Amino acid sequence: MLSEFLQYLFTGITIGATYALIALGFTLIYNSSHVINFAQGEFLMIGGMATVSMAAMGVPMVLAIVLAIILAGVLGIALQRFAIAPAKQADVVTLIIITIGASIFIRGIAQLVWGKEYHVMPNFSTNEPIEVFGAVLNSQSLWVLGVGAVLVVALVLFFTKTLIGKAILATSMNKEAARLVGIRTQMVLMLAFMLSALLGSVAGIVVAPITFTSYDIGIILGLKGFVAAAIGGLGSGVGAVVGGLLLGIVEAMSAGYISSDYKDAVAFSMILLVLFFMPRGLFGAKIVERV
Amino acid sequence: MLNGVMQSRLRGLIILALILMVLPVFFGNPFHYELATQVAIIAATVVGLNLLVGFAGQISLGHAGFFGLGAYFTGIATGTYGWSSVPALMAGAIAVGIVAWIVGRPILRLKGHYLSMATLAVGFIIAIILNNERAITGGPDGMSVPAFEIFGWELSSFGRYSLFGLDISGVQAWYMFASVVLLVAVWFALNLIESPIGRALRSVHGSEVAASVVGVNTAKYKSLVFVISAIYASVMGSLYAHFQGFITPAVASFEFSILFITMVVLGGMGSTFGVILGAVVLKLLPQVLADFQELETVMFGLILMLTMIFMPKGLLPTLTAVVYKRRRRKAGGTA
Repeated sequence: MLSEFLQYLFTGITIGATYALIALGFTLIYNSSHVINFAQGEFLMIGGMATVSMAAMGVPMVLAIVLAIILAGVLGIALQRFAIAPAKQADVVTLIIITIGASIFIRGIAQLVWGKEYHVMPNFSTNEPIEVFGAVLNSQSLWVLGVGAVLVVALVLFFTKTLIGKAILATSMNKEAARLVGIRTQMVLMLAFMLSALLGSVAGIVVAPITFTSYDIGIILGLKGFVAAAIGGLGSGVGAVVGGLLLGIVEAMSAGYISSDYKDAVAFSMILLVLFFMPRGLFGAKIVERV
Repeated sequence: MLNGVMQSRLRGLIILALILMVLPVFFGNPFHYELATQVAIIAATVVGLNLLVGFAGQISLGHAGFFGLGAYFTGIATGTYGWSSVPALMAGAIAVGIVAWIVGRPILRLKGHYLSMATLAVGFIIAIILNNERAITGGPDGMSVPAFEIFGWELSSFGRYSLFGLDISGVQAWYMFASVVLLVAVWFALNLIESPIGRALRSVHGSEVAASVVGVNTAKYKSLVFVISAIYASVMGSLYAHFQGFITPAVASFEFSILFITMVVLGGMGSTFGVILGAVVLKLLPQVLADFQELETVMFGLILMLTMIFMPKGLLPTLTAVVYKRRRRKAGGTA
């Protein structure tokens, strides 16, 4: 009984940590530019795929990972600079469609370069699973959780201790005022997209040994990240982490105890339920509409 | 004044009718008729979605859910239970309307991205149910749907018909039928937009708070237009199921929902004829790009991005603005 429960919990927390990182990426971009970036999942795909393919070419694993993260970061900057910035007058829905176009474009290129097959990445450390109270824990899960925790702490420090972090926060609160005090908001926006891409690619890399990776994994992972961000309340960092973990655990529990066919349905019902009672998610800010 | 509005409404409709009549001149084979019929059915769906998105300003990322429900209601009622097509289509529309009304009330209180999220979730749940209830829907393998039938007369893509002494193939007959359906769908939408309901909707789009201050029951109008656009999708889903003769849960998929909303935005939110153009472009683009083979996806994404960056108002509104500007410049030059 207990071992079964623990097993589902481990699975849920691992995948939930991934969702949390994606949701944090959404939050970063949403806060700085009010764009919902449907290309967020593609950063994960790029991270995982680039690492696997470079490792296959003989590049040492650590170097491959670093290069993959840099590649994703450059892609994030390019997305902001060439797709979002030129369309600043556009409607919210129009911006959504632009990011959807970008995600199709990135996916198309990935398919050209890497093909349609699934790729397997070895575990970072031992393949030997760890046993805890009868439940089996994949050693890679510890990597996912550890890296996730480190990234969250690093983000908190970045936003509270560094000048650049504060500049991003200032821009997200009031773009005009930030510009008036001398913040180069265009640079800040590019930085936010880059950070978001870095987060996404790291998530994609650490989770790749568990889920495998292919050119089209970005669609569903990105979507789950959006769900997690909305559960937590768009724009809230705490909300993104809590929403991600909650979504992962609920999914794993419903797959285990109810039916794996309906695990996604449970996740989507959960978001509806949360929004019915808390229209701004769990930690969302209250906004008064101005007339 | 009223006459002027009537005239401009009629003019657009007559132009659309003429285009639909002339188009077959360019059709070389049955596949072209098939494609045009699909475009017409999907365009009519998008005209309905545009009422919600373009006029009431509410985003739906789950509209394929309603399209899929309509398609499967028809498939199950006519295929499994032997109903006649028209009662099945109508019962499906009523059922979907009720579903939309029930989920619409709480969902439409949400704003902006939360509304997109909720509609996306509803669409996903519908698609998952269609995928998993194999006993009723056939699951991912799909199910076959009988031909459209009215008063014992059957409209099948494979049939042969005679109209005023002319010999017509099944796909040609379907094209005519779908054209009439599209014209009716557009006519209804144009009338709704110019009615008091339409005016109330536009006030909701402008500012919901301001609208409610001047006495518009915003909640009522929003759910009304949500239900209307869901019924549009359901009816078109039913017809699509009959025309295709075979449906899979893909008709309710997230990708399909995204395609619908993209057609609205690409063609021009709030422009009934614009969104039809959006449907035509997005349905034909993959056919054109198929020649590029593995580059197809890359090109599609690139074209979508570039169009939206440089024409954020959508194709038709941007093109009309260009034409007007040029005409005015010409008039200015001669004066």
